[in-house]
Amino acid sequence: MSHHTISVRALGFAYPDGTRALHAVSFEVGHGEAIAVVGANGAGKSTLLAHLNGLLTPAEGEVRIGGSPVVRSTLADIRKTVGMVFQDPDDQLFMPTVAEDVGFGPLNLGLPLADVEARVDEALARVGAAHLKARPPYRLSGGEKRAVAIATVLAMEPSILVMDEPSSGLDPRARRRLIALLDSFEHTRIVATHDLDLAAELCERTIVLNAGRLVADGPTRQIFGDDKLLAAAGLERPLGMSACPVCGARAAGR
Amino acid sequence: MSSLASGLSIVDRLDRLAGQDTAIHRVDPRAKVLATAVYIVCVVSFGPYHVLALLPFLLFPVVLASSGGVPLGFLARLLLMVSPFALLVGAFNPVFDREVVAEIGGLSITGGWISFASILVRFLLTTAAALLLTATTSFNGVCLALERLGVPDVFATQLLLLYRYIFVLGEEVHRMGQARRLRSFGRRGLGLRVYGLMLGQLLLRTTDRAQRIHAAMKCRGFDGQIRMARRLHFRAADAVFLLGWSAAFVFFRLVDVSLLIGRLLTGVGT
Repeated sequence: MSHHTISVRALGFAYPDGTRALHAVSFEVGHGEAIAVVGANGAGKSTLLAHLNGLLTPAEGEVRIGGSPVVRSTLADIRKTVGMVFQDPDDQLFMPTVAEDVGFGPLNLGLPLADVEARVDEALARVGAAHLKARPPYRLSGGEKRAVAIATVLAMEPSILVMDEPSSGLDPRARRRLIALLDSFEHTRIVATHDLDLAAELCERTIVLNAGRLVADGPTRQIFGDDKLLAAAGLERPLGMSACPVCGARAAGR
Repeated sequence: MSSLASGLSIVDRLDRLAGQDTAIHRVDPRAKVLATAVYIVCVVSFGPYHVLALLPFLLFPVVLASSGGVPLGFLARLLLMVSPFALLVGAFNPVFDREVVAEIGGLSITGGWISFASILVRFLLTTAAALLLTATTSFNGVCLALERLGVPDVFATQLLLLYRYIFVLGEEVHRMGQARRLRSFGRRGLGLRVYGLMLGQLLLRTTDRAQRIHAAMKCRGFDGQIRMARRLHFRAADAVFLLGWSAAFVFFRLVDVSLLIGRLLTGVGT
């Protein structure tokens, strides 16, 4: 069975204080698909993502990655398969230098030093950050931090990439570069985001969460064209799919 | 909060100095850490009334600073900043120890003043050595050396993460302080009570962040040990550095070189 598939069935989760974050969420993700997870603040996006690589284990229902369930005994394999890019790169970059941070995962996989170095170089080159190798993370700009954070995950050579708000805090050019980078990946991708324009560009399919429930799952264009659905979920049509605010015209093909 | 910012900028400057490539920087961090340890032990083991015998120990910081490309002005500024601590420690010696031990040109010197001077000199020497170690090895290099020298992983990991996140924490404190000042007018809002609440907030934020970092580490296979890919080579030159300096420190400790030179000079003079 392919490593690149995700299957979530009737997933439910409540935090220890009793707050229910997810109610019976179910969906399947096929090999190589790019999926956007959208929803208002507190809709359960981050909680859902945390289940995909076992940071949280399902209290109700089941999560399967490439056919094997996410349980304690499979965690090591799952985390090798599912690479997670966190919302705040400062949480992800904890080693003294960029190279050491990117090498952290591969070293933990027990790879020989020469292989680790090769992977570090490859991953940094992939995100266009080879020149940052010797820099300490606190001396990087926001865009550089984001690129390096993605490299730290790529160096593990995962089959699935899970990203939480990848474009938050980026300037337009850094955001544009990020979109091009993510678009060039062949991994199965799950992107939780408020940046619906990014979702529209990167993802064929979109899942909408509202108050912990999955309220829509379908082609991105169709979902972002449904104003009623978006409003109910606390969202707005992305700018790229709205009429021009100046002349009222619609972009061609939208 | 500006003192915080300047503190961080000093750490940053030390870090940049450590990024240079000089003969001293190339010495294996373990050799430098051990030599500095021997140095500190030798310096602090002198009796309370030794001042002149300590002077030969100036050689080590001077050599390290000049060949390690560390500006003396910067070093002096740092020493000046931390010196109030040593001044306070020794401040009462002249008051309590009034026994006259020497007279120079009608001026009587008491034992208290001598021990005060001794504390100051020792403080300056050891602090300069520790600062120069960081400025020529980098904090991370020191951590790595400690780990390779057999210091338990927990400590090395703690130090590494402390250093990495001191900048993040500093910025957070800075932002909180700014937010408070912007909405405080006169004395209102700047009291100790708010200060306590802010510290509590900061602690909560820090534990939150610690949890997120731990999650990120687990995602990449963290199992309690941080593995470093850096390779260290202990070459013959490093052994020479370590043994040479250690031997010099022990010699300076056992033989009063200042006295020797003094005798030599007066001997030649007569």
